[in-house]
Amino acid sequence: MEVKKLSAPLTERDVCGLIAGDRVLLSGTIYTARDAAHARLVEMIRHGDKLPFDLTGQVLYYAGPTPAPPGRVIGSLGPTTSSRMDVYTVEMLNAGIKGMIGKGERSTDVIDAIVRHRAVYFAATGGAGALLAKRVVSCEVVAFEDLGCEAIHKLEVVDFPLIVINDCFGNDFYRQSRSRYSLGSP
Amino acid sequence: MRQISASELVTRIKDACIEACTVLPQDVLNALENALAREESDSGRDVLKQLIENAHIAREEGIPICQDTGLTLVFVDMGEDVRLVGGSLYEAVNEGVRQGYTEGYLRKSVVSHPLARTNTGDNTPAVVHCRLVPGDTISVTVAPKGGGSENMSSVRMLTPSEGADGVLRFVVETVRNAGSNPCPPIIVGVGLGGTMEMAAILSKRALLREVGKASCVPPDAELERRLLDAVNATGIGPAGLGGRVTALAVHVESFPCHIASLPVAVTLQCHAARHASFTF
Repeated sequence: MEVKKLSAPLTERDVCGLIAGDRVLLSGTIYTARDAAHARLVEMIRHGDKLPFDLTGQVLYYAGPTPAPPGRVIGSLGPTTSSRMDVYTVEMLNAGIKGMIGKGERSTDVIDAIVRHRAVYFAATGGAGALLAKRVVSCEVVAFEDLGCEAIHKLEVVDFPLIVINDCFGNDFYRQSRSRYSLGSP
Repeated sequence: MRQISASELVTRIKDACIEACTVLPQDVLNALENALAREESDSGRDVLKQLIENAHIAREEGIPICQDTGLTLVFVDMGEDVRLVGGSLYEAVNEGVRQGYTEGYLRKSVVSHPLARTNTGDNTPAVVHCRLVPGDTISVTVAPKGGGSENMSSVRMLTPSEGADGVLRFVVETVRNAGSNPCPPIIVGVGLGGTMEMAAILSKRALLREVGKASCVPPDAELERRLLDAVNATGIGPAGLGGRVTALAVHVESFPCHIASLPVAVTLQCHAARHASFTF
């Protein structure tokens, strides 16, 4: 199967070229953000505060790494469950993000907002944190250092392997693929 | 009475935390290889290949299999003829976890209060399940449990008339609702009987068994086969991307229960079914 190469931050043109089920190798700059960082970012957006980085076109990675052992850029770094971020995601999309990386199904509200904002939701393989960390070439904490593993880490990634789950046309790869292999109810 | 020093237990717990988080047990690796051999979906096969490669990278480079190095579950079978000296059991376990998670560069994923949510900074406290058993040894299994799969676990109090079909419906419903969240292919631990909390603990203990080894209780083994077929008929597949292998195994542990009750607990275990054991 064809693999699409993309560079983050993303443009509307990048996003419109993606269809649910596409394999993608993503390079460039992405930012980690989990539950606690989302809560703070959304609070700052609501108050009109200056954000720690410009969200326009950015890709957020729902992940919190293990500490980097000596001599390594980062520890293990796979995706966490995305649905916990659903309550914050519409506001994050309103604020300009274009892409999200995580694992697991999104809510209807989020899927609708992805279409409205021409954004994209990717999955990385959950539990493959050792493999995924090898695609990270630099890592720097840029906000909320007090949150430890939940701080926002700015990452430079090279050929980070992803699959498109929700594209900007309303397709959902989880739903499509599950119905293909389901043998019906017991 | 045999005496064992608490400091020795601390060291063994520390080592077990690091081993469990970085070395995927061979039975789990074998189960992933078997899954790859029978998975039909291209996406599913890609995921399984990634997971096998991931396990090799983690082992060779000594980094965690998964960034979620879990809340540390520690199962202790404490012999009645052995005594810990120089410290208490719970202090020793927590000190071992503290040292393991710090020295092993493992992620600290524990908050001190469920609502206040301040990170304890050293992954303590562990959740300790201790049993008193005959003999003069201490057997310990350290099993870090990730949040993604734990969040999808569930308990339900069925009524006796619902029987095996009711258990099957509940297990499949739990797996289906979980979808891709618990990182399939999963291992499903089912605790059947006892009381609500007993069923939950049984569902955790069920996960300590070698992956795919049938229960030695014939009706439970039969139920395991039915449940595995039903779970794999959901089509969720590896990483939820569609496929034949949603679960590597279903393990059932049962216990007698009240005439009015049929408690069922389902613990979903992600494919990174990590554990390390020792006896001394």
